[in-house]
Amino acid sequence: MVKNAFIFLILIGVAMILVNLFAGFTGNVDLGQIANHYVANGPAEVGSANIVTAVVVTYRGFDTLGEVTILFLSAAIVGFFLKIENTDNTERNLKYTSEILNTASQVLVPIMILFGVYVFINGHLSPGGGFQGGAIIASGLVLMFIAQPKKEIGHKLINIIESISGVGFVLMGLAGVLFAGGFLDNNVIGLGKFGTLFSAGAIPIIYIFVGLKVGSELTGIALSLKENQNEA
Amino acid sequence: MMEKLNIQNIGLTVGILVILVGLWGLLTQKNLIKIVIGFALFDTGTHILMVSIGYIKYRTAPILDEAVDIRNAAKLVVDPIPQALVLTAIVIGLGITALMLSYVLKMYQNKKSLEINNYKDLKW
Repeated sequence: MVKNAFIFLILIGVAMILVNLFAGFTGNVDLGQIANHYVANGPAEVGSANIVTAVVVTYRGFDTLGEVTILFLSAAIVGFFLKIENTDNTERNLKYTSEILNTASQVLVPIMILFGVYVFINGHLSPGGGFQGGAIIASGLVLMFIAQPKKEIGHKLINIIESISGVGFVLMGLAGVLFAGGFLDNNVIGLGKFGTLFSAGAIPIIYIFVGLKVGSELTGIALSLKENQNEA
Repeated sequence: MMEKLNIQNIGLTVGILVILVGLWGLLTQKNLIKIVIGFALFDTGTHILMVSIGYIKYRTAPILDEAVDIRNAAKLVVDPIPQALVLTAIVIGLGITALMLSYVLKMYQNKKSLEINNYKDLKW
């Protein structure tokens, strides 16, 4: 009883803090100074039509590198934690997937992967980017795991794709040091014509690497969880 | 009353409610999976709150296509920085959730129980 009252008090306290903040918030009427700089000079400095992409990949590209590292770390820990020792080769008893799921997955999986690639290649022009595209690719592959549980995808292939794209991301950043203003500067190969597919310098290349990396990491996590299903 | 009912206030209210539901789940639930769901809800509520704070009335998304005049863009788009931060936070939240779920899976394999009351190793 005392415990419940305590929980209730904590909830009320947090609610009071948030509601007070809400009551004192009047809404913005204009962009802040930094945001104003990003929006006003973004097209000229970075060449990306999507300002969020410009902020994520170039202005705060170092943060994104750290973020990709955190995602890699969590994927690595999941893989390490859920590693199964193949002591006994007992056959997993799997239920047959239904005809509908099987057929639908054969139609949908290639389209989903293609759409994921579209989303991360167009990250500098439209809503989307490497993280979203990678998540779409991973969800397509998860659908494939559900439909065809017997199909084996090696961790090795996933690890190779992940490592190559991670190294590629850092190398593009270093290319910025050598050929442009600094680490992760995207003006490496010229900015191109604003608003076209081949524009915004290194952003599409970095986003392709990020998309492949995120897609392979999320697939690796899902694969580890799938392989552990029967153990539990 | 009606002038309070704009999209920003709705977003802020929903964000606060989702945060509180997540916190309630964290504090009261005994099932480990439900605790993880509480964490995920707390996370999502924070994201909704942050994106809502960056909203500016009558403005559009920070993508400079035909809908937005580049020369006057700073007067036409919402704040891109909270959106970029939330993009980062969503990915990290996803990684952390996957990590927590794998811990839960491992704990279940060890003790065959999802009740948090059965795990007394760190209790004093």
